[in-house]
Amino acid sequence: MPQQLKRLAIVFLILVGSLIAARHYLVPKTFGVLGHYRAAAIDANAAKPLVYAGHEACAACHPDIATMHDDARHRTVACEVCHGAQAAHVESPGDHIPPAPRERSLCPLCHSYNTSRPTGFPQIDPVSHNPGRACITCHNPHAPVPPHTPQECSACHGEIARTKALSKHAAIPCTTCHEVAEKHKITPVLSTPTKPQTREFCGQCHSQEAKAAREIARVDLSTHGERYVCWQCHYAHSPEGAE
Amino acid sequence: MNTEANRPQEEPGSPEEVSRDRREFLKQCAAAAPLLLATVRVVEGAVASANDDSYKPEEHNYGMGIDVSKCIGCGRCADACKTENNVPREPFYFRTWVERYVLTADGETVVTSPDGGIEGFPSTVSEKGVLRTFFVPKLCNQCANPPCVQVCPVGATFLTRDGVVLVDKDYCIGCRYCIQACPYGARFLNPITHTAEKCTFCYHRLVQGKVPACVEVCPTGARIFGDVGARSSPLVRFKHFNEIQVLKPQLNTEPKVYYANLDGEVR
Repeated sequence: MPQQLKRLAIVFLILVGSLIAARHYLVPKTFGVLGHYRAAAIDANAAKPLVYAGHEACAACHPDIATMHDDARHRTVACEVCHGAQAAHVESPGDHIPPAPRERSLCPLCHSYNTSRPTGFPQIDPVSHNPGRACITCHNPHAPVPPHTPQECSACHGEIARTKALSKHAAIPCTTCHEVAEKHKITPVLSTPTKPQTREFCGQCHSQEAKAAREIARVDLSTHGERYVCWQCHYAHSPEGAE
Repeated sequence: MNTEANRPQEEPGSPEEVSRDRREFLKQCAAAAPLLLATVRVVEGAVASANDDSYKPEEHNYGMGIDVSKCIGCGRCADACKTENNVPREPFYFRTWVERYVLTADGETVVTSPDGGIEGFPSTVSEKGVLRTFFVPKLCNQCANPPCVQVCPVGATFLTRDGVVLVDKDYCIGCRYCIQACPYGARFLNPITHTAEKCTFCYHRLVQGKVPACVEVCPTGARIFGDVGARSSPLVRFKHFNEIQVLKPQLNTEPKVYYANLDGEVR
């Protein structure tokens, strides 16, 4: 082998050697074990400490509250939503006492009225809803129920009730014309009250043959209004007619 | 050879018979040895697997479901995320956040997210007449084909075997390429470490068999977590019973955050 080639080979070997050495020292140990990244980074990510313990950890020591809570409307609300992150409390219960929020500011985070919230989600206006009183004076946060279901139709249908109160139909209760299932109070939209479906229903009072009081307006059902149901032309909550 | 040939002629009770018994015994021992070793190994294996409750990443492929119709915009997810992952409290850094969409009658779409929704949203929304309005929780979509991983020049962000995109904060050089590449705006540069940061699906919780902090605290169950490919998981049920959409499907990032009841206006 010519001398210059020998020298070149030595230089080449030194270069290759230094490259291998540099790679050995510069490329992290676990790089490329699982892919184009340091496999040790997965362990670093996994090694972080817990802050939220999870509701299972709470239930292990507080079964009575957990049982009550799991049967109630707040069953999907984990303990740590209101009581804060409590992994430290699970580690050493005596040293970290979870807060029990009693102030009025917490509940409106979910329950204050907001147009963007889904329909049917229970919402109140914190300004007008029993101002100054803590929510927990009336509502048990672990098993909340609305204080009472509205009994009167007017609780929700105030405008109709006010109109009807001044009309000729004031004395007729809502349920005379509307059949209201009990479910309507819980899921108003899914269980709507009925409306009279026949002309004969109004005819019980308003037909020529009806045995109702004489001063009630009468029509001849066979000629009046053709095929239409009465409420398609007359607004039954405020019927027109001579005073 | 010699002894074999002579054996039939030997008398019973002779020393030769004793040695034959020994031979039989050794033969049996030899035959039993592999069985014995195998038994020992099986027992050892059983003991090892009993002790080995370690996490097996290849058995998982995580995803999240979000039911938009259940989100009440309370922002507990964004708050819990910051607590769990020590995210800076300034209102610019979020691993997950809640957006409010307001579609007005004149065709305008207004998207707001004051402090990521942590402090709640103001009640009044628009004077123009609201057509539709709803909340949309957002987070890293944990893409199966993540653009952020493709652009990282040093291999500091990667897709794990269990389908989570993680950041190696000891190796990240803070070049911000991944922040630019993410089509969902899910990454930010941590102002303290000056490295890229993002939702990890609370990886440290997953390896302990717990769900991410945002899923834990969501009060209405709007966030559903589980394995994508499992035979039965909350996520699989959620995907089965809802019409599912993902964000920006046209980018082929194959997101693993699945939205139900998502409005067409959501970007």
